[in-house]
Amino acid sequence: MSFLRIENLSVAIRGGGPLLRRVSLEVAAGEVMALVGESGAGKSMIGKAVLGILPRAAQITEGRIWLDGEDLLALSATARRQRIGAKAALIPQDPLTALNPVRRIAPQITDRLVDILGWDRAKAEARARDLLGEVQIADPDRVMRSYPHELSGGMRQRILIASAFAAEPRLIVADEPTTALDVTVQKQILRLIRDMQARHGTALLFVTHDLGVVSKICQRLTVLYGGLVLEQTDVRAFFKAPGHPYSAALLAATPRHDDPEASLNPVPEAVIAAAQAEVAAFDRSAPHG
Amino acid sequence: MDDIYDVQGLRLSLADMARKPLFGPAPRLEILKGPTFRIRRGEVVGIVGGSGSGKSTLGRALVRLLEPSAGTIRFEGADITHLDDAALRPLRRRMQMIFQDPMSSLNPRHRVGQIIAAPLVLHGDDDPRRRALEALDQVGLPRGFATRYPHELSGGQRQRVGIARAIALRPDFILADEIVSGLDVSSQAQVLAVLRALVRDLGLTLAFISHDLSVIRRLCDRVIVLHQGVIVEDGPCAQVFAAPSAAYTRELLDAIPDPDPDQPWF
Amino acid sequence: MHDGRGAVRRRAGARLWLSAGWLTLAGGAALLAPWIAPHDPLAQDLFAGRMPPFWVAGADPAYPLGTDSLGRDVLSRILHGGRIAFLVALIAGLATAVLGATLGLLAGFFRGWVDVAISRLIDIWMAFPPVLFSILLIAVIGPGLWSIIIAIIVIDWTRFARVVRAEAMGQGAMDYVASARVAGRGRISTLVVEILPNVLPTIVVLLTLEMGIAVIVEAILSFVNLSISTDSPTWGGMIAEGRTSVHQAWWVLVLPLIALFLTVLAFSQLGEGLKDRFDPVLR
Repeated sequence: MSFLRIENLSVAIRGGGPLLRRVSLEVAAGEVMALVGESGAGKSMIGKAVLGILPRAAQITEGRIWLDGEDLLALSATARRQRIGAKAALIPQDPLTALNPVRRIAPQITDRLVDILGWDRAKAEARARDLLGEVQIADPDRVMRSYPHELSGGMRQRILIASAFAAEPRLIVADEPTTALDVTVQKQILRLIRDMQARHGTALLFVTHDLGVVSKICQRLTVLYGGLVLEQTDVRAFFKAPGHPYSAALLAATPRHDDPEASLNPVPEAVIAAAQAEVAAFDRSAPHG
Repeated sequence: MDDIYDVQGLRLSLADMARKPLFGPAPRLEILKGPTFRIRRGEVVGIVGGSGSGKSTLGRALVRLLEPSAGTIRFEGADITHLDDAALRPLRRRMQMIFQDPMSSLNPRHRVGQIIAAPLVLHGDDDPRRRALEALDQVGLPRGFATRYPHELSGGQRQRVGIARAIALRPDFILADEIVSGLDVSSQAQVLAVLRALVRDLGLTLAFISHDLSVIRRLCDRVIVLHQGVIVEDGPCAQVFAAPSAAYTRELLDAIPDPDPDQPWF
Repeated sequence: MHDGRGAVRRRAGARLWLSAGWLTLAGGAALLAPWIAPHDPLAQDLFAGRMPPFWVAGADPAYPLGTDSLGRDVLSRILHGGRIAFLVALIAGLATAVLGATLGLLAGFFRGWVDVAISRLIDIWMAFPPVLFSILLIAVIGPGLWSIIIAIIVIDWTRFARVVRAEAMGQGAMDYVASARVAGRGRISTLVVEILPNVLPTIVVLLTLEMGIAVIVEAILSFVNLSISTDSPTWGGMIAEGRTSVHQAWWVLVLPLIALFLTVLAFSQLGEGLKDRFDPVLR
């Protein structure tokens, strides 16, 4: 059985419209699954639902989330929080706000190890030092004593990656981890995430709007529009021949420098209208409102 | 006289507040170290570089939101390097800017129509309302958007409002500062398509600042590569992309992830 | 829009209407006090002293809210006291807002020496203990309605100036201000057209809070007999007098206290409600 299995997950605004419409997907250990779509497609919501960090205004209305064979939504809130804390982690989008500006780096990495796994501080710090080495930070000791503002954006994203891997989670959700970074730094960070993921055999849920990035580090992908899964397939097959007109249009909108004419073409209105019609048809057929 | 801009040995330093001692002035941080270039009328120039390359500072110096510490900027032959706000005001209708973050650059308490018409009113346009509605047409937004507030629009639509505001005055020059970097791929493509059409139809002279070479390649005739405040490469897009001469340009090109899993990248 | 703004709006709506309703009612009644008050607020009737309000046994229907130890009608005194409370709230609140916000806007937007001068003034001003300051002020210019109003303005303008300065500074860093510069808008025009509408909700919230504070300050100064002469009824004065006979006639103390409490609460809630209403994102 896959390490993460999501079954017919629906999320809606409390007293409002749906954000996710019966999304199902599986991610096996060691596998990288991309969640692709434009803003508002609901791709971030899936990761947030899995980690139990949905915004207060949103709630799960239907479906199940199985993590390591355990039905998360059947657990008590405390048990769920504890399971997620021990088995999953997040690489956030914005490295500038994800670290507490008034605390040094070391405790921000080790807190989880001490609080959730019950390690002693010395052991946790040794582990943090190793991890900073693993994310290619040259002098871990200096960085551990630093405050976030003393470090560059790329450096901070490395620290967040180290921190995500610290407790040896078996699932990591990466929520657009490179959109705030320079292109050259993006490449280094993506390589790092891919290497770390492969070495630790972690299941990775990678949220992005950039199909270029997907083609480089993911094995499978799920294309979303309006919270509805339009296509779920293998990366190689997808880039040979996208299975849905909307996916094909999204691919034609992706920047590429090997073939400029085939890149950055806006998604045609007709394709958007068809995708919207598909969402509307789903809502008509679905029993809930 | 077909140069819109003639920039010579531009230097600009800002106070480095992060290293300010407890007492005394903050040390100066030199951002621009003497770039020299011209922009011809009707040209679409890309300015590319990483964070800290000084590209946004250069842009803000061109439209004189910042004052250079040395060097000269000539705009249509006139030296504007050290002009004060009052002296710049009549020139403003000829140089416009589109900002990176449409959320911060559109006043949240003004309606879209008011935002686009404001510069027209300031410069005494005969019929700002009509001209603002035309500008909405030109960026492909429905005229009904004139009565909406910025927060009611999507990111891509907001950025098109920013473009409409800039073209409404029919300026001689437009600076676009990282205007698609905050958008997702589909809105990015759409905003670029609008800009491409405007360049073609209006013959705009445009400086387009970006950190992404693939975007510049799709839009610009010429590219200036900036690295740590210095121009490392300046040439026609076709030539720079085919045979980059600077190592830094090569690095930027290699960093673009082409959507093709069979192409080695890392 | 299906995104929970509706709920925020409904809540804000109820708050806004309840507080505005109370203020209209109380303000209107205070305004019309000379015509609607059943009795002369100063007329004493020693035979009708300490009459309880209408819901307590032994009440006299001529005095719906009872009388005090001197037989003066409590309802009429609350209505007339309200005139003074609302007058002080309105004049002192508005004047404080205009003075403080103007200085704050100038300091926050122009920065440089303007900011240095105004900020230093605020710092020095705030170092004076406010209660001593107001007592001193009234000792110098003499007690009276205008003394209270001047004391409130002189003490509280810094509250506006500080908050508005910080807000204007934040707004000044936004690109829409740079954009106005690129459009060729002058400095003062930018301040009025671009920045002010964004700072206005904050000013309005502070203003309503300040009106509540003004009502309280007036009551406190009346309570310690530094307000206007004892022949005009004030809420603070009534509370002070009611204190002496609280065991025999609690209503003389409690009823003006309730009027004071509801009015101050309504002012602060009005501000919060207006803030939500002003925000185009929530509207």
